[in-house]
Amino acid sequence: MLRELLILSRGGQGGVTASRILASAVALEGRWAQAIPEFGAERRGAIVRSYLRISDRRILRHSSVRRPEGVVVFSSRILELIDVDKVIPVDSTVLVNSPVKPKLEGRVVYSVDATGIALKLGLVIAGWPVVNTAMASATAKVFGIASLDSIVRALGEYFRGKLLDVNVEAARIAWGEVA
Amino acid sequence: MRVKVLMGNTAVAEAVRMAGVEVISAYPITPQTIIVERIAEMVERGELKARYVRVESEHSALAVVYGASASGARVFTATSSHGLLYMYEMLWWVANSRLPVVMAVVTRAIGPPWNIHSDHQDALTVRDAGWIIGFASSVEEAFDMTLQAYRVGEDRRVLLPVMVALDGFTLSHTCEPVRLPEESEVRGWLPPREPLPFKLEPGSYFAVGNLGPDEVTMELRWYIWRAMERAKHVIREVSADYARRFDRSVHGLIEGFRVEDAKYLVVLAGAWSGDAMEAVDMLRDEGYPVGLVRLRYVRPFPVEELRELASSVRAVLVVDRAVSMGHMGVIAGDLVSAVRGKVTVKNVIAGLGGVDVSPDDFKTMIKGFIEEYESGALDSWFYTEWYMPWVRRG
Repeated sequence: MLRELLILSRGGQGGVTASRILASAVALEGRWAQAIPEFGAERRGAIVRSYLRISDRRILRHSSVRRPEGVVVFSSRILELIDVDKVIPVDSTVLVNSPVKPKLEGRVVYSVDATGIALKLGLVIAGWPVVNTAMASATAKVFGIASLDSIVRALGEYFRGKLLDVNVEAARIAWGEVA
Repeated sequence: MRVKVLMGNTAVAEAVRMAGVEVISAYPITPQTIIVERIAEMVERGELKARYVRVESEHSALAVVYGASASGARVFTATSSHGLLYMYEMLWWVANSRLPVVMAVVTRAIGPPWNIHSDHQDALTVRDAGWIIGFASSVEEAFDMTLQAYRVGEDRRVLLPVMVALDGFTLSHTCEPVRLPEESEVRGWLPPREPLPFKLEPGSYFAVGNLGPDEVTMELRWYIWRAMERAKHVIREVSADYARRFDRSVHGLIEGFRVEDAKYLVVLAGAWSGDAMEAVDMLRDEGYPVGLVRLRYVRPFPVEELRELASSVRAVLVVDRAVSMGHMGVIAGDLVSAVRGKVTVKNVIAGLGGVDVSPDDFKTMIKGFIEEYESGALDSWFYTEWYMPWVRRG
């Protein structure tokens, strides 16, 4: 079965990297995935869309995701900046990076404090808390995409040394805390 | 063989590394830039022992690898859209000099209006120069085709430059699993470039492409013509050998999809072929006897394959992402001449400027085509229609 998710992040928050980590984790489990960035000029701070497709078999299509079953939001502030009814389909599942669970009528909402986790671990680059690994991990759990073990193994393809250790820790905490 | 999730651009860079390319020239242009950036990192880290030349324009980018290829080196460069057009003159110098060069063309619309998204106008506009032109349909195929391009272009039966086209963003920036062979296996399959009978190097110079009798120009073009004919066979042979060695299912000049017992055929090339295949699957489930042919190569044009397949169907739908203004879609024009009026051909122009075309869009196009044929609305010759569902008609 083909599953499609939309990831909304700010340019620089690592939404595209998160979708790639998830795709790598899915591939490690022997399934097929596509991580698709928004096809445009990304700017730091702007709202960036990226997409994740997963399937048990090879995905043939390459067109854009039109109706995602779930939306992952990297900053609760994004919810105030978008037309929620247009971007987040009713009946979809939404995962938000937030210390408190936002209310979104008609959607099933999950939240995780990925920013808090990043700050606690000192995972800050150029003044920005790096939330992408925590969000990737929480996404994998909420949507049943890949195991924590696969996420941790996938992180090894993107980070090395101490940075890898901290990111693995962020992924583990997010996996435990998302609700 | 290990599976790695890679972007199209990264996969091409990885193939360049495994091919042991010796000279790379680089001039950035979206959406190609990541290819030459990744290669720069490989050279910097010492993973690829190559000369990396930064130039001031695309014209020079091709000129540099032209010279390097004349000196016997295995070479690579990459470009897109306006960059390819800026190379146009050098494309002919390379082809007419019979020098193997591999170039990735990350397809992108040509402006104005300014547009960075994919259609196929750039790669198809330069089809007459004498380059072999392949179109990848997945990230893995972009990797495979780049490696195969060296074996094909450097083969002494061919000796022609090869363009590997991959759709901007939909392949170049999309990550997918790629089954990566071991570097040692690739080195075994793709030995170093065979030395030239001559070598252009400091201290032993001679003129390349000097003024000659008119007949020489014509003979050279005839040699290229014959090399292109032989290239059909070499592509089939090399890609089949690659498929056997690296466990791939697709090879040859075309890929047939559900063509057995098909009464209608859809023909197209590039990354959106997969979306059209999904539409064909859906229509088969609804009982429509439709199959699909994906062109892996548009130069040389797979005339024999298409002629054979077209002879057993009622009608062919060609979906083009590039137009020859004043005539029809580029691939449709070629196909019509290849099947010589044996079958009804409809041509749809879609997805120009990167307009997103989904499996449902393809379903609408294909269903409309079959219904038109069955109601007798398609006459015996071809015609062209533009698919623009956002435009209100009437």
